[in-house]
Amino acid sequence: MLSFSFELLLESIVFGVLLGCFYAAVSIGLSVAFGLLDVPHVAHPAVMVFGAYCTYFLGRYGWDPIVAGLALMPVFFLLGMALYRFYYEAFEKRGAEAGVRGLAFFFGLTLIIEVGLILAFGVDQRMVEADYIGKSLAIGEMRIPFRMLVAFGVAVALTTGLTLYLSRTFTGRAIKAVAQDEPALRLMGANPVRIKQWAFGIATAVTALAGAMLIIVGPVEPSLDRVYIGRTFAVVVLAGLGSMTGTVAAGLILGISESIVLMQFGASWAPAVAFGLLLIVLGIRPQGLFGR
Amino acid sequence: MSDTLLRVAGVSKHFGGFTALDQVSVDIRRGERFGLIGPNGSGKTTLINCVSGALRNDGGSIEFEGREISRLPAYRRTRLGIARSFQIPRPFKSMSVLENLVVPLEYVAHRGSLHTSDTWAEALEILRRIGLADKAETPSNRLTQVELRKLELARAMAARPRLLISDEAMAGLSPTEVDEILAIMLQLNESGITIIMIEHIMHAVMRFSQRVMCLDAGKIVCEGAPTEVVKNPDVQRAYLGA
Amino acid sequence: MKARGAGFWIGAAVALGLAGFATGTIKNEYFFFAAYIVLMYVVLATAWNILGGYAGYVNFGTAAFFGVGAYTSVVLIQSIGAPLAVQILAAAAMSGLLGFGTGLLTLRLRGIFFAIATVALIVIMETVFINWRYVGGATGVQLLRPAPIAPFESYTKMLFVVMALMAVAAVAIARYIETSWIGRGLRAIRDSEEAAESCGVPTLRLKVFACTVSGALMGAAGAPMPMYLQFVEPASTFNLNYSIGALASAMVGGTAHWLGPVIGALLLSSIQQIVTVTISNEVNVLVVGVLLVVFVVGAPEGILGLLVRLRRRVAALVSR
Repeated sequence: MLSFSFELLLESIVFGVLLGCFYAAVSIGLSVAFGLLDVPHVAHPAVMVFGAYCTYFLGRYGWDPIVAGLALMPVFFLLGMALYRFYYEAFEKRGAEAGVRGLAFFFGLTLIIEVGLILAFGVDQRMVEADYIGKSLAIGEMRIPFRMLVAFGVAVALTTGLTLYLSRTFTGRAIKAVAQDEPALRLMGANPVRIKQWAFGIATAVTALAGAMLIIVGPVEPSLDRVYIGRTFAVVVLAGLGSMTGTVAAGLILGISESIVLMQFGASWAPAVAFGLLLIVLGIRPQGLFGR
Repeated sequence: MSDTLLRVAGVSKHFGGFTALDQVSVDIRRGERFGLIGPNGSGKTTLINCVSGALRNDGGSIEFEGREISRLPAYRRTRLGIARSFQIPRPFKSMSVLENLVVPLEYVAHRGSLHTSDTWAEALEILRRIGLADKAETPSNRLTQVELRKLELARAMAARPRLLISDEAMAGLSPTEVDEILAIMLQLNESGITIIMIEHIMHAVMRFSQRVMCLDAGKIVCEGAPTEVVKNPDVQRAYLGA
Repeated sequence: MKARGAGFWIGAAVALGLAGFATGTIKNEYFFFAAYIVLMYVVLATAWNILGGYAGYVNFGTAAFFGVGAYTSVVLIQSIGAPLAVQILAAAAMSGLLGFGTGLLTLRLRGIFFAIATVALIVIMETVFINWRYVGGATGVQLLRPAPIAPFESYTKMLFVVMALMAVAAVAIARYIETSWIGRGLRAIRDSEEAAESCGVPTLRLKVFACTVSGALMGAAGAPMPMYLQFVEPASTFNLNYSIGALASAMVGGTAHWLGPVIGALLLSSIQQIVTVTISNEVNVLVVGVLLVVFVVGAPEGILGLLVRLRRRVAALVSR
């Protein structure tokens, strides 16, 4: 039957909070790309795994993973802008019937990235080394892995930074505006396509750092994008499209649920938690917690 | 049988914190020609979306021929006799003009019938009445603006409605084209169809409507005979700004 | 498009005749092994297209419906030793039910939510069957083939003919839907769902119907799989490759007409067989991914669309 121990539960919850913030940070790029910009970006997790592998690659030359992640951000920013431009020219411009094709395009892109990684790096798991990986922090009876704390710290910084950017800066607010009322923005003289391109670039840059965190938190393999499709979309849908605070809340809910399931039922049930949560949200309250 | 075809009572609609409709009430009489005006964003399209079923109203009730319809999905309301055209035409782009009309005929009027040849013949007849018969086989993504507007109306007609709601069917058309559409709509009304017309082209609304209602910011500003509504200072303020 | 009924059925009879002829003359078992897979993808792609092509709702979860069909067979084989025909019907029923439930739950929402929900289905189904001891859990279960039904000498040849019949049936069903008022309603939904509703089309019902039929056919395609491989385990049964193959075949072949998925499946499945054997499975997925992207961007109407355009151009040249 269910074994219950207060200390284990507490440790699960603490771990879940850290994990949840990590999930939130990993999903925030999708919150912007899909939640705000309405791009059916099912390739988001694959891009993140690609970022993780880039971090691994730089790690082989002695780069610290966080430094590598930060260094990759401008590169991914440009990649994101290019990708959005391509998507816009090929699909969005041609109207709503391109919705199916846009989805199929990103699906194809996911496959290409995943297989590309297999061909370049093989199917084995890859890890990265750093001072903070491998050690744990002891608080009372609990042992909290340092790498989770590092990921937590980066996640908090990233999420706060992006939320502030979107609400305080001019471009940030323009991005939110284009999500809400594109024709009005056009009437004010701003070019919505440029703004969306910029926003998508930022979302992709954030994903680079998310990839770095991914490989800090644990080893990566090319098929990791599949389980993260469930996690990131579960977070974004549960949050409510376009809500940054929602993303944090949803991430926490997912992290804690997964952690508790992991403790009670073991690792073979954990991947299903995100997908199950997603289906429940879609069935009961598709607009999510803070949705428009 | 009651004289009231459509009764809208205290209908409200919110989008998050934004109130698009605030306790709107109006009775539409059978056979009436009713004009709905108001500045952009005043809630006109939201109101007809709530009537046609594209949106669910948050409060109030909507009765059609004495029956509460606010919980019904849109396709059921169409089958009951409410048809609408869209502000930006939405043809079925993969189909020809003729086939566009076959859809409502098959799903409303000829539901359950096996006589498919009748359906296509009726579709062609509607096209003849509206002046699009020569474009029957044309793919619907190759029509001019006024032809698209006519197709929108034809498709609504094919649903054999008792109530037809047209949403800015004449926007962007030349004066002759406006007259064409207006003539079609007067004809439809003469054959017994009640019509609610949303329009910005004032002279068209004035000529067509027996009664006019003006909305602003989700509330009714004024309602009555066309000449009176147009002279109402609140209406003028709504359009020109305070 | 008026259905030229006689032409289709003659073609189907010819195809089946060829299949029968092949079983009589070709000795190499591997041919039937490979041809079974190709025909299976014809069924999967055709089934996918009923919802994906006609109605415009992309399903990433073909593997889930396929896998449920396969495992339904496993349960029936292990419990009552049911014959193949019963397995197929039961598998179709179970996967059809799954399609009905999933559709009802998620087809009210936008296309992308349905698509992601279908990914969720695969993972959830796989997790369920990994944890189910009766059907072998994560390690799977081995199965013994019974004797093939006369006049077939080999079970593989029999499965090949069964799959050929299934392919004809699937295409016939898709064709019927496509040319009927149902197909017109689905196309209306794809072109403009809001306008379809206002034209009296019961959009949710039609979508759920398409999802149910699609799921049922995918389940039927999965039913003979346990006997084909004689070994079933969750990871390879709920493999994303089935989803990829079905989707890519339909989109590359052309989604507007029932011929599209057939052409696409024949082409892609053959390419897949060759590449997997000569190079690797990974390169195979890469090829499919690249083809998918190329066609979706450059030739959205698929091979069928290209052929139609080619025919028009030739006709224009000839008429000068």
